[in-house]
Formats: sequence, C-alpha cells, structure tokens
Amino acid sequence: MALLEVKNLEVRFGLRSGEVHALRDINFTLERGERLGVVGESGAGKSVLGFSILNLLSRPGYIAGGEILFEGRNLAVMSAKELRSIRGNRISMIFQDPMMTLNPVLTIGQQMVECLLAHRKISGRDAKNIALQKLKQVYIPSPEKRFDQYPHELSGGMRQRIVIAIGLLMDPDIIIADEPTTALDVTIQAEIMDLMLELCERNNVALMLITHDLGVVSQVTQQAMVMYAGRIIEQGPTREIINDAQHPYTQGLMNALPQMAIPGQRLNQIRGSMPPLQKIPDGCAFNPRCEYAMEVCQTQLPDYTSSGGCRVACHLVAKMKLEEAAARQIEEAN
Amino acid sequence: MTTTVPTTVKTAAESLVQIEDLYKRFSISGDFLEQIKLRGGKLVREQEHVHAINGVTLDVRKGEALCVVGESGCGKSTVARTVMGLLSPSGGSISYQGKRIDNLSDRQLMPYRRKMQMIFQNPYASLNPRMTIAQTLEEPVRFHNPKVSIAEVRDKVSEVMQSVGIDPTWGKRYAHEFSGGQRQRISIARALAVDPEFIVADEPISALDVSIQAQVLNLMMDAQESRNLTYLFITHDLAVVEHFGTRVAVMYLGSLCELAPTKALFATPRHPYTQALLSAIPRLETGRPAHIKLKGEVPTPVNLPSGCVFHGRCPHANERCKREIPQLIATDEGGQVACHAVEEGRI
Repeated sequence: MALLEVKNLEVRFGLRSGEVHALRDINFTLERGERLGVVGESGAGKSVLGFSILNLLSRPGYIAGGEILFEGRNLAVMSAKELRSIRGNRISMIFQDPMMTLNPVLTIGQQMVECLLAHRKISGRDAKNIALQKLKQVYIPSPEKRFDQYPHELSGGMRQRIVIAIGLLMDPDIIIADEPTTALDVTIQAEIMDLMLELCERNNVALMLITHDLGVVSQVTQQAMVMYAGRIIEQGPTREIINDAQHPYTQGLMNALPQMAIPGQRLNQIRGSMPPLQKIPDGCAFNPRCEYAMEVCQTQLPDYTSSGGCRVACHLVAKMKLEEAAARQIEEAN
Repeated sequence: MTTTVPTTVKTAAESLVQIEDLYKRFSISGDFLEQIKLRGGKLVREQEHVHAINGVTLDVRKGEALCVVGESGCGKSTVARTVMGLLSPSGGSISYQGKRIDNLSDRQLMPYRRKMQMIFQNPYASLNPRMTIAQTLEEPVRFHNPKVSIAEVRDKVSEVMQSVGIDPTWGKRYAHEFSGGQRQRISIARALAVDPEFIVADEPISALDVSIQAQVLNLMMDAQESRNLTYLFITHDLAVVEHFGTRVAVMYLGSLCELAPTKALFATPRHPYTQALLSAIPRLETGRPAHIKLKGEVPTPVNLPSGCVFHGRCPHANERCKREIPQLIATDEGGQVACHAVEEGRI
C-alpha cells in the first residue's frame, strides 16, 4: 500500500458567480521516502492541492469528490478530531513565507514546545530537549540562544530553517512544502534545498514539493507532475519529464527558461496567459495557447496517454502514440 | 582562453550614465529628539545609519544592458533609485552624458526625466488603480510635451500600446482588469511613451510567472533594438542576466565586487562571492557540481565589516582582507574585480 494515494480528487469553489473547478482528475501516489515535485504557474491549483491533502480548504472551497488515502484511511471524510492527530504530526506542511508562518509574539521555543505538547504526553523539559535537537538538525548555530528569541530577530533563511525544524518535530511521514524557498535569495535557497534533501533522505520522509521553479524540481525530486488550470497534464519520473517533455505546455515552460535560449536571442515564449478558473476553455484547457492545437482539442477533454514512464493529457501525444502503434502492427504483419 | 578577443573591442563605447564613488546612507535613529541620549550624565546626539551603498563606481554605456545583481539588501535597488533621482546620494555624483544631474533642482531635472524612465517590480502597485490605462499612458506624454495636441497624444499612446502588444481599444479599462503580465506591459508602455533613451528596470519580471517572464523579456529586448535603448537592469535572477545582460555588476553589502562582460563573468567568475552566487543557481541538468557553501550570513549594513565587506564569509580571506578595502582591478577577461586574493594571485 502506498503511503499516500490520491484518487480522482476533485475540488470546487462555490462562488456567487457559480461553481468553479479548482482541481479535476487528480491521481497520484507518494511512497515512503519518495520526493514528488508539483510544478505549475500561479493559478494552476498546486497550492490548493497541498491544502486539500490535509483537508485544510476553507469555504468556499470544498472537496467535491475522490479520495485522499493516507495509509489506507480517507482524509477527505475524516472527522476534525482524527484529522488533528494527523496534521502536523504524521503530515506536516511548510509554507512560502516564514514570517507569516511563525507567530510573532511567541519565542521560537514556545512555538516548538507548544506543538510537541499538543501531540505527545511528555514533560516540558523533554519537549525542550527534542526541540533543541531538531534545531541542531537544521544547523541552527547556538540553538539554546535561538530558542528564546523571537522570529523578527532572525534572518529569512534562519526563519525558514526554524519552520523546517517545526515541520520535523513530530518525525512526520510526509512533508508538504509549498514554495519553501521562493521568498529567499539563491544562495539561501540552495542551502535550504540541500538541507531538506538531506533530512528527507536521512529520516526517510516523503516530500511533496510545490514550486514554480523547474530547476529546483530537477535538483530535488524523483517524481514530478505538471499542473495547468486545475489538472495534471503530465506526470512521471522527473528526469524523463525534464529531458523529454511530451506535453506542449511542459515543453513551452521549459523552453521559456532563459537558460534554454542562446544569450541575446529571443526567448521562446508561450503566447497568452493561464485562464482564470471561471473561464477555463472547453476541451483541453491549454488549447488557445497551444501551437499544435487541433480541432478535437477545442471540444474534448484529453484523456491520459502513457508515454514511457509518464502519463500525458494531450490529444496530439495520444494521436502520435496511436500512429506509432499502427505503424508497428503493419511492420509486424509484413 | 578564447573569450578575450570580442569583449575588449567594446570598451570604446560611449558612456551614457556615470556613477562616481556613490554613497547612500539612511538614518535609522528617528527624528532629532529620538537621537538625544543620556550617556554618563551627558546629553549626546547618537545617530545610526544603514550604509546602503558604499563607494560604487559604474558607467552605463550607450546601447548596452547593464545588469546589477546581488541578494536582497545588497543595495541594488538603492542604486537604481539614486540614479533616477528618487533618492539623493549621500556622497559621490551621477552624470548623464557628462552633465552632473544629482544636484539639480526639480525644474532643471525635467528634461532628464523625459530621457530616463523607470519600470518597477510590482505591476500591481505601480499602476494607479483609479486611472484608466489611457489616462495612465497619456499623462506622462502630456506632462513632458505640454504643447502637443490631444489628437497627437492619443496617437502616441496607441502607438506605444501596440508596440507592447496591448490592444489600443482597451484604453478605457482599469489596471485591475488586466493580468500581471499585461500590467507589466502597460508599465513598460508608460516608460516608452515619452521616448526615453535610458530605462532603469528594477526587478521587472520577478513578480511574473515563467511563461510570462519570457514574454516581457522578449518585449524589452525588442524595444531595446527598435528604440535604441540603454538599460540598467536590476535583478536577483542570474539566469535572466546571463540571457539579457551585456555586462554584469555583482554587488554585495553595498559594494561592487565584480564587473565583467556577461560571457566572461559566467565562464570565469573571479570574485569568490560571484563564484558562490553562480554555483547556487538551480539548473535543469543533473550532476552539477555541489554549490559553494558560504559560512554565516550577510552582516548588517549598520555596522559594516572592516576591510573587504565579504571577508567574514570568504573561504580565501586573510589578514589583509580584514584590514584593507579592496579596489577594483582590471582582469584579463575585460572585467574588473575587487578582491585581494585575485590581485595577489592566490585564486
């Protein structure tokens, strides 16, 4: 049994102007110790996905269908009390902005001890020892001193380390990290990513890394999925996606990176921008921006096609696979 | 070494903006009364400053895109704002085509303001939400050309709107009706509307998605070609610099560490900080060499370290680095670097 299995997850937002689909057909599994990257631009639904796994969506958002199986138990229908024993305990979450995550009026130590005492029946002294040990794990210099400091006394990189230490407090099975390094400088980003990689490997923690940065996904994760307008459009092993992207959107995203272009030449841009959720086009959501769009793309939602180790939602890829198969049959018949 | 030949030819290019030994301090001690402290029975006035820029000398050459990179707090945005006259320097001078502009009055500065325009980071904050796009774009044109007729202003506005890929019939709409990428195009149109020669762009694409970043960068490169623009481009994104920049200036804690032609900088970074910065870029390919880890954190710009500002984190620092501030020296690659270790041939 997979550690986490998401089946046909569907999330909707009931807005005054009508219902919108924030997520559709979300299917994936996460094994123990595995690192999964979720890539997409703003509005793709990647953060909503992170939130819905812990059932943290607030109104008007709700899970409209599907299952989120954590060790076989469905988080989507679990009671608030049961959920509380999982959130922050078995599955923890790290957010983008460490200043927003940490409570400004509590010391680092108070926040860590509070979290430990909420989940475990231990003494305050033991809690402090565990907290200090976790601070050491994330290479915080002089943890005893930091323990009594407030978040505003620390730098951005240091704060994000504290947030990671809090995420690790309960030795969780899964960490969901939502753009954990976006607010940080490149040198700090590299340090934090190295740290997360090391901690996940050492403690056999599964990581779901939500980011817009293909470079980070390429460096850290083994599996990846690319989202567009609330749907996974391509998923599979990270290396396969980076080296041989099948979906025109993934290709476009990669080619738009400055490092893929010849310096001084024009970048390969994708025309237009991602549609808002209220106005997702019929058929394939990407069809108005796609340079290979066919007639069927405007009317029919593409199904998933297997291509190598990946699953791709694209009519063109499906067509090409069919043609390949037909050609092979003819060859075999001859 | 094959890169030395083409880069040195360009040094003859005419300089458009000169920044000479620029200093900028910000007081963080509040007003006069808050600065008065009782020390040992005496009233003394104590002032603390953030030393945002410490003796930066740069020249922006005509037609180039000079990129300034560095991490947050290194003073790169302060440089941009000081060059534009939005902040007045605490020391040093800024000249435009040989004429000093940092000490001019607002009225004297007017003709330069038309030639120098700025694009800001956040297109959500830099457009007035209560003005239509047409009003936003017409205002600078009318302001700088008071004698021009309304019809001509409108023609000019629709011309720039077209050139940035915004339909001129959308002029009646407000900023909130546009996406982030479209808003940044409008900001660029506003800068282009007065036919400037020099554009300072402060992180113009950092707030945008990858696919939109490419669109806006392409637009800026097209504008540079068709309008013969010179850019001072402030960014923290090194991949963008590699693509866009003619030359790159690397800043650390208010000082210039290295200035070099883009190709040379990325091929052979000389300053230890530049090397660490470049090694930290997340790349798509696997098996990159592990990034150079710097010890410690960026020191506070309130109490600057003595000597080289980087010495506390530098793997090559010695006694001299702690004492003496390094000066920029020319390198074989056609750049300049401020590092004792490079000068002494230790790295």
